[in-house]
Amino acid sequence: MYPRDYLYSREHEWLRIEDDLCVLGITEFAQQELGEVVFVELPEIGQVFDTNDELGTIESVKAVAEVFTPVAGEVVEINDAVVDDPELLNEDPHGDGWLIKIRFSSADDLKSMMKAEEYEEFVQSGEA
Amino acid sequence: MSEGQSLKRTPLYDRHREAGAKIVDFAGWEMPVQYTGVIEEHRAVRTAAGLFDVSHMGEVRVRGAGAEAFLQRLTPNDVSKLVPGRAHYSGLLTDRATYVDDILIYRLAADDFLVVVNASNAERDFEWIAARAVADGEDVEVIDESDRYALLALQGPKALEILAPLASLDVSGLKYYGFAEGSVAGAPALISRTGYTGEDGFELYLAPEDAPEIWRRLVEAGAVPAGLGARDTLRLEAAMALYGHEIDDTTTPFEAGLSWVVKLDKGEFLGRDALAAQKAAGIPRKLVGFEVQGRGIARQGHPVVSEGGIVGAVTSGTWSPTFEKALGLAYVPPEMAAPGTPLAIEVRGKALPAVVVETPFYKRSR
Repeated sequence: MYPRDYLYSREHEWLRIEDDLCVLGITEFAQQELGEVVFVELPEIGQVFDTNDELGTIESVKAVAEVFTPVAGEVVEINDAVVDDPELLNEDPHGDGWLIKIRFSSADDLKSMMKAEEYEEFVQSGEA
Repeated sequence: MSEGQSLKRTPLYDRHREAGAKIVDFAGWEMPVQYTGVIEEHRAVRTAAGLFDVSHMGEVRVRGAGAEAFLQRLTPNDVSKLVPGRAHYSGLLTDRATYVDDILIYRLAADDFLVVVNASNAERDFEWIAARAVADGEDVEVIDESDRYALLALQGPKALEILAPLASLDVSGLKYYGFAEGSVAGAPALISRTGYTGEDGFELYLAPEDAPEIWRRLVEAGAVPAGLGARDTLRLEAAMALYGHEIDDTTTPFEAGLSWVVKLDKGEFLGRDALAAQKAAGIPRKLVGFEVQGRGIARQGHPVVSEGGIVGAVTSGTWSPTFEKALGLAYVPPEMAAPGTPLAIEVRGKALPAVVVETPFYKRSR
């Protein structure tokens, strides 16, 4: 369910490291909780965020969720496909439903994140 | 809901679990919010038929020789016009004419009524009615019958063809807001041509022990299980009020666009003086429908702003599966209520453009 080579936050974002970039998305658990996504609002390319800043919002029929970035850095790419077709977030949250790529400024931010097994335990524990 | 108090379950709880429903706490009940998805269930109701468990609704029996006169004094609609076999929409109002709840009143017989109330207010409503019956009801008996009924809502253009073969009576002959007692698949039922979706449909009042089997039979006949999520998007497209959103203990029927339930000339009733005064003075705000023109959804509580000031508030807002855009209901000053009026709704610090539109958003073709 949760790819082994991703890192996960308690706010249900995932990160995949590609060289000095991170690809960021929301998890399967998050998309299930939200239900059918109808709007995705993402930042502009070039925007710079601090750790845990809100970088966008995802709206489903029933609810709205803020997306936070677990890592500080500059946005270098956004996924236009998911903005145009928000269902991608429900269909493939860990793949085609990715949100942004961010050039992170410090690898220290990654240390507090969970590995897949820890995240699975976290969502199954009911604390999530 | 206080800590430690256990949530209530309807007789269909196991059916919902089997069907893979996502269960949420709603007004102290464990209710299905969705099965496969809100949008899919919504479209099933608009194009075919959906089946809702609304057994959490409360039922209060009011009977006795004084029942009609009592309800006439208690509620704003004209109970004397209600004949046995018919129901009407009404309210419980305070003496300020604000809502305690919105209700349906079924006239079972000349001296016998069933008042159907929202789950979130059921206990308070019963006490409200019972206390006033003690105070001013002569020969009136008020009984909480909520535990006696399971309630299923079968809604959509195919509701009739699904129900007809299972019903003991000719349900096609029931008029809108008409009802009759009979049976469904052999189980005794009060069958009512009512609903909360903007579609044709029926509500079935059943004995709790019969409900799971009737649910199964209706699903087998093609009804799609639908949850509270779709119920909310459907009622909002039909611009039907929901207690706690469009109406509450601060809003009057006139403000909420429900003046048709108020019969000022029928004689004295609770809230009448306040309503007459408001009719003379004019309403301070009006409920309107709006469509969002930008990207985003305006939801309950988001302020309507004008020239920097807050002039109103959204009462309900959603993504509309039928129109594929964001729409909602909001209170605004009367001078901003005309269709075509531009609105700005503040959503997370940004002004989202919207425009006032006619309601209901959705009206079925007949």
